[in-house]
Amino acid sequence: MRPVLEVSGLSTHFFTRAGVVKAVEDVSFALNAGEILGLVGESGSGKSMTGYSIMGLIDPPGKVVAGSIRLKGEELIGYDEARWQKIRGNRIAMIFQDPMMTLNPVLRIDTQMLEAVLAHHDVPREEALRRSREAMVKVGIPSPDERLLAYPHQFSGGMRQRVAIAIALLNKPDVIIADEPTTALDVTIQGQILFEMQKLCRESGTALIWITHDLSVIAGLADKVAVMYAGRIVETGTVDEVLDCSRHPYTRGLMCSVPACNPRGQPLKQIPGMTPSLLSLGAECAFRERCARATAQCDTMPAIGQDAHAVRCHHPLGAPT
Amino acid sequence: MTEYIIRRLLQSSLVLVAMSVLVFAGVYAIGNPIELLVNPMADDAERARVIANLGLDKPLWEQYLTFFKGALTGDLGKSFVFNVPAVGLILQKLPATIELALCAMVIAILFGIPLGLWAGLKPDSIAGKTIMAGSILGFSLPTFWVGLLLIMLFSVQLGWLPSNGRGDTVNVLGFEVSFLTADGLSHLFMPALNLALFKLSLIIRLTRAGTREALLQDYVKFARAKGLRASRVVGVHVLKNIMIPIVTVIGLEFGSVIAFAIVTESIFAWPGTGKLLIDSITSLDRPVIVAYLMIIVTLFIVINLVVDILYSVLDPRVRLGQGAGQGAH
Ligand SMILES: Nc1ncnc2c1ncn2[C@@H]1O[C@H](COP(=O)(O)OP(=O)(O)OP(=O)(O)O)[C@@H](O)[C@H]1O
Ligand code: SF4
Ligand SMILES: [Mg+2]
Repeated sequence: MRPVLEVSGLSTHFFTRAGVVKAVEDVSFALNAGEILGLVGESGSGKSMTGYSIMGLIDPPGKVVAGSIRLKGEELIGYDEARWQKIRGNRIAMIFQDPMMTLNPVLRIDTQMLEAVLAHHDVPREEALRRSREAMVKVGIPSPDERLLAYPHQFSGGMRQRVAIAIALLNKPDVIIADEPTTALDVTIQGQILFEMQKLCRESGTALIWITHDLSVIAGLADKVAVMYAGRIVETGTVDEVLDCSRHPYTRGLMCSVPACNPRGQPLKQIPGMTPSLLSLGAECAFRERCARATAQCDTMPAIGQDAHAVRCHHPLGAPT
Repeated sequence: MTEYIIRRLLQSSLVLVAMSVLVFAGVYAIGNPIELLVNPMADDAERARVIANLGLDKPLWEQYLTFFKGALTGDLGKSFVFNVPAVGLILQKLPATIELALCAMVIAILFGIPLGLWAGLKPDSIAGKTIMAGSILGFSLPTFWVGLLLIMLFSVQLGWLPSNGRGDTVNVLGFEVSFLTADGLSHLFMPALNLALFKLSLIIRLTRAGTREALLQDYVKFARAKGLRASRVVGVHVLKNIMIPIVTVIGLEFGSVIAFAIVTESIFAWPGTGKLLIDSITSLDRPVIVAYLMIIVTLFIVINLVVDILYSVLDPRVRLGQGAGQGAH
């Protein structure tokens, strides 16, 4: 089966006065229909910029400088704004982190939903309204007819995020990119939304990229995981492979800083050191300064392997030595 | 809502009373109008007759009481100079001032919002920078100086536009207006532009700042992520948000446009209330001064109320009268 979304060698740089920020560098992954990819990494590792690149939403001084993004075989890199508009919200949709900010405060919900349908389909208003109502029911919003006439401030945070998800689902996209959509919500709501998103994607065959810095969320949700560090994917594989048998020293460090992974009573292990500045990345492995396994060989950036469970490291854990 | 409006109106009447007391005392302190009103050749008996006639022989508090009783019935006294009701005198001139102020506001809005949007969307472009530089000029050049410059250029040098008066007017619903005749328009253009310049700069800067801020908001990114055309993102999502502060400022500034019109009216000899006020102050015609200020303050109050109501229409988060919301100034 051909993957719905194939990203390969994607690099997005920001050309700032201070220098070139390599926010995304040589990122590759593939997603099948109905599959869920967890994109994990700490703050600033390039997760959101990977998402924006796939949406064609990188603004100057940023630019996608290399790579290919194929949606059902169709190459999106090089598209002009008009063609990107036909993709966005129609075939690839995105949901953002803070539901308090993503809906326009001065527009009614029906306006914000209808425009999403009408931007892509030449249907009468009634039909667009019917689809909006249907999407709201799907994400578990009670009495949609009434809610459609409300303004965002009349909704709770969880409900607003459901509205955003409903908007993302409206045009039955092939791929949804969810950028930490539950981080701002409380734990119970977070659980509900995770469960429903998973169900919706499975049923409709929509591929989902779930961006998060929280490994525990990924464990119950995703099929595949890609771990990002300083703009690059350092390890990727199935959830079981990456979480249970992590091979990259950084992934292993992340696992040990998750409470569930630690024996009770012991302090959480932190990865020593700080994330390197994306401006001053040299030729060496970006994790080198913080890595206990580093050797002279690590002066060169390791390539990522080609296996299903791939790792970008000269000395991965659990390798026969 | 109704309760809110009633409370506002009560507060406003207190403001009106306080203001009339101040103006009364103020004009009294400046000087005695009698010296200007009575023929210097008149004898003492004639003089006393005029003073008694105008009620100026009574103590100030009694004069005020008489005025206050009259004001309750809508009578703000008679002009000392013209011996006709002051309100009538002002209302006769008010349409000219309001026409001028409205035209200035329309110019400021019609040009200010698009220019501000452009400067906000393309802050680094040459056009964007030029617009901003222009708005700084509009802010800092004094109104009377720009007015004189306009007259020098368009009336004296080029001879394109007349430099004073209203030109031909037509009667619309009982008001004389200039903007419907070609001659009137040519008279209206320069003073309106002159009066608009400051507000134009203000609206440009407000719009630009609002646009730049809105563009950074997640809802703009989300709107783009929906695949909306740029024209809709800017024209609906951005514009609707920045209209909230802009409408507020436009409304509040409208009062000051009417007040500022005094300068412009003097330069272009526009026969409005501003000119009347200057004349009345020179002749210490207290009833006209008091009536003018009462009417202007009432106008301010009504405008503010309308702005607050508009505000709550534009911003669904604002409900009038609920505590110290943003809507309650
Ligand atoms: N406009 C910009 N100019 C310069 N650098 C930028 C710009 N936008 C993003 N970056 C850089 O891109 C890098 C990646 O940012 P990104 O938002 O993708 O991180 P993230 O992984 O999503 O982090 P978070 O978890 O905090 O959302 C950041 O380190 C930032 O420095
Ligand atoms: S390549 Fe070297 S420095 Fe980089 S993670 Fe592997 S062992 Fe550590
Ligand atoms: Mg992010």
